[in-house]
Amino acid sequence: MIKRTQPPRWASRLLEWFCADHLLEEIRGDLEERFQKNAALFGERSAKREYVANVLGFMRPFAWKEKSSTPLYTQIMISNYFKIAFRNLVKHKGYSSINIVGLATGMTVAILIGLWIYDELSYDKYHKNYDRVAQLLQYQTSNGNEFAEVAMPFPLGPELKNKYGSHFKYLSMATWTGDNILSFGDKKMNKKGNFMEPDFPKLASLKMIHGSEDGLKEQNSILLSESTAKALFGETDPVNQLMKINNKLDVRVTGVYEDLPYNTEFRELEFISTWALFVSSEPWVQRARDQNQWGNNSFQIFAQIADNTDFETVNKAILNAKLNNVADDEKKYKAKIQLHPMSEWHLRSNWENGIQTGGAIEYVWLFGVVGVFVLILACINFMNLSTARSEKRAKEVGIRKAIGSVRGQLISQFFSESLLVVLIAFALSLVMVQLSLSWFNEVADKKIEILWTNPFFWIAGIGFSLFTGLIAGSYPALYLSSFQPVKVLKGTFKAGRFASMPRKALVVLQFTVSVTLIIGTIIVYRQIQHSKNRPVGYNRDGLVMIQMSSPDFYGKFDLLRNELKSSGAVEEMVECSSPLTGVWSNSGGFQWQGKDPELDADFATVWVTHDFGKTVGWEFKEGRDFSRDFSTDTSAIVLNEAAVRFMGIKDPVGQTVKWGSDKDAPNFKIVGVIRDMLMDSPYEPVKQAVYMLSPHNVNWIVLKLNPAKSASESLAGAEKVFKKLIPAAPFDYKFASTEFASKFDAEVRIGKLASVFAGLAIFISCLGLFGLASFVAEQRTKEIGVRKVLGASVFNLWKLLSKDFVMLVLISLFIAIPVAWYFMNDWLQKYDYRTDISWWIFAVAGVGSLFITLLTVSYQAIKAALMNPVKTLKSE
Amino acid sequence: MKRIYLGEFEEIVLLTVAVLGDGAYGVSISDAIEEQTGRSASLSAVHAALHRLQEKSMLHSRMGEATAERGGRRKRLFTVTALGNRTLNEIRTVRNRMWDSISPQNFPAVSI
Repeated sequence: MIKRTQPPRWASRLLEWFCADHLLEEIRGDLEERFQKNAALFGERSAKREYVANVLGFMRPFAWKEKSSTPLYTQIMISNYFKIAFRNLVKHKGYSSINIVGLATGMTVAILIGLWIYDELSYDKYHKNYDRVAQLLQYQTSNGNEFAEVAMPFPLGPELKNKYGSHFKYLSMATWTGDNILSFGDKKMNKKGNFMEPDFPKLASLKMIHGSEDGLKEQNSILLSESTAKALFGETDPVNQLMKINNKLDVRVTGVYEDLPYNTEFRELEFISTWALFVSSEPWVQRARDQNQWGNNSFQIFAQIADNTDFETVNKAILNAKLNNVADDEKKYKAKIQLHPMSEWHLRSNWENGIQTGGAIEYVWLFGVVGVFVLILACINFMNLSTARSEKRAKEVGIRKAIGSVRGQLISQFFSESLLVVLIAFALSLVMVQLSLSWFNEVADKKIEILWTNPFFWIAGIGFSLFTGLIAGSYPALYLSSFQPVKVLKGTFKAGRFASMPRKALVVLQFTVSVTLIIGTIIVYRQIQHSKNRPVGYNRDGLVMIQMSSPDFYGKFDLLRNELKSSGAVEEMVECSSPLTGVWSNSGGFQWQGKDPELDADFATVWVTHDFGKTVGWEFKEGRDFSRDFSTDTSAIVLNEAAVRFMGIKDPVGQTVKWGSDKDAPNFKIVGVIRDMLMDSPYEPVKQAVYMLSPHNVNWIVLKLNPAKSASESLAGAEKVFKKLIPAAPFDYKFASTEFASKFDAEVRIGKLASVFAGLAIFISCLGLFGLASFVAEQRTKEIGVRKVLGASVFNLWKLLSKDFVMLVLISLFIAIPVAWYFMNDWLQKYDYRTDISWWIFAVAGVGSLFITLLTVSYQAIKAALMNPVKTLKSE
Repeated sequence: MKRIYLGEFEEIVLLTVAVLGDGAYGVSISDAIEEQTGRSASLSAVHAALHRLQEKSMLHSRMGEATAERGGRRKRLFTVTALGNRTLNEIRTVRNRMWDSISPQNFPAVSI
């Protein structure tokens, strides 16, 4: 037998690779024939050479594998996949809706949280020089603790400008943004504003609508925000109009700037007037300037660093800018001046002992994690239901394969089904987000909108949908499509004993997360409630506070008090230096007998008028209140319990306290000790405080409304008196109880959001459970029928079907409880005044979730148990 | 009348298929062209031309029998369709008419 020569294999391979299938046979045949002839005539080598040349010759378009020969076919197939997928969805409406609703809920939560995080992270980015602007910050050490604060001494401003000027592009001193009365003609209104230097508009890159950002260079000028200008001037051109601040400062409007967006730190800045005007109008500020008071930390400084430097360099340079200048006895505070970059203002502004400990960034993390978990829960549902369902479809796979489907087609079929579900869910979630956004904004105190035009939003959303669809679809697509049709159709196919293991594990994970969230929510609420119920040491009922924001309020104490009291609207009126819900003044330099010389005698200092105690209802532990009967009470002092503890003295009443170290420093006699009165943070211990009498050093009027009348009636009466006696100022009051409640805003907000998310988490989990339970019940119909025939009771069957799920929930309880305890205990640590985690919280969460589980599962279990066995066993 | 365009090589291939009758397939056509015209026609060129002619509906094809020298692969046999026949005739008529209208003194090519 003659051994036939063979053409070069690689050339044949090449031909097979590029040549269209329907041409391959004839071409290869022709080439082979020619090759054999050539080999016989001219020898093998020459034949091979020509064969290769011929193969290469066929590399022309007509012979190429045509990509375009399949499109019509694929198109039809793909539309067929979706048609079948859609029919499947419609056929199993229950499963489909559970799947879609669960997934859409999860996606809604994730999108809301995503938008929230995006908003938090883009805080202050409105300002063009976002990454070069900073606020000056100082660290001071007192009684062994390092405190960070943004309040700065006056001389630091000029010092930075003169000695460190090359590091800064812009510098602006400022006071504190607060309520001021703006008036134009007859119009008066309270607007929040600040007094700043001409650099500020450039530093904050304010967008000027009218006038110039250099307007502040003129001492008596004011810049208004757009909405303030509208409110004051309506449609008339505000520029160059003359108006008044607090009824005493004449200013000219030199510019109007675009309102600052809600997610900026300066969002409350409704007007800006000049720092120079502020200094010229406040004698205490002039004193701070003229006497170089390095110890008087009362102002803010904002800065933009020079273009050629960075924060680190500037921080190094200015570290001792204050320390180098303070008096010797203040060196012990070790003042360090640093920059607090704008990018950290919102998210990282907590310090503990001189170390930055985060801030709102913790909530970003917290909610980020919650969002991811809720989304995972929804995906788990989706996966569990589609895997559970898919076993039912084994027969379908068998038939499809027998008819001639190849595996690739089955894979595409299952993937297109899961993609369809995910895409429907995504569309639904967009609708749900749109609907819930106003509610969400209200709870979260945000002004968020869906980023319809942001490509990143769409990439993330659609990318996630595809990802979920692929993950969830992968099990049926890859596993089911590998079945052998013979086995499946013959009925010998059985899912293994452990086929449901991953599903069970996922259910456990779901309930672990849900229960953890629920326990967390309960503890957050407990903590809020605990702090709200904290004894405050005075009686908030009917207390109304009015800030004395213009000079018109002063010198009218007796007149006001008499008129108000005689009007019957008000039971008592007093004045004091701080609102009841905040301490405005802290002072050091107190001396007493037996004082440890190392101790920094730093006290909250509150000045009040007579009858303050009676009005707010503080409680005396020892001694007596200030009294009009003792003329010497002008140098009397009342302490709180914390102060007595802090001073370490026994029998405080009758002892003297000296304020200052000079010879002629004033002496105060302690006349009484009150129970701690909570004025600052409800989460922290009450600070040591001293209360002194002063008719001058006051900023607030406190009214005790007549309890016999309704609050609105009393307020109307009070307003009449105020309008008569102080016509120049708007009657702007605050309820002490509302102000107190607003201290919980952040926590209440977190609590509300957390409870909604926890609720949704459990909802999603139960939805999944419901689906699984009905699936299991359906699968075991025959078994249940046989059991019933043999005499099982409904209760037996219910127990049989519910047992498995209850077990799973019990397991997740055992995991969730320690996890929740660990994290919540950690969270509570940051509050000094905190609730304890008692066992009943876990019990409630555990029993609650078991109850919900049983409720969910029982419906299906009882439905299955009540079925007529004749019907279920009839068909085989 | 719709003008049907044939390239020179296409025309030769079409003629060759007509010449070969029942036995026209890639290799035989390529061989026949070489024989008839003395120029070598690569297999790929022939296949490409056959493909184009088939697209123009001038050729019809069917799969033939397999032979051993082809490694057991079948050959694709071509026959000229009616349209192909008419086209060839038309070309021939046009050419003849043109030849006939050349005046004798302008016949340098024939006067050897």
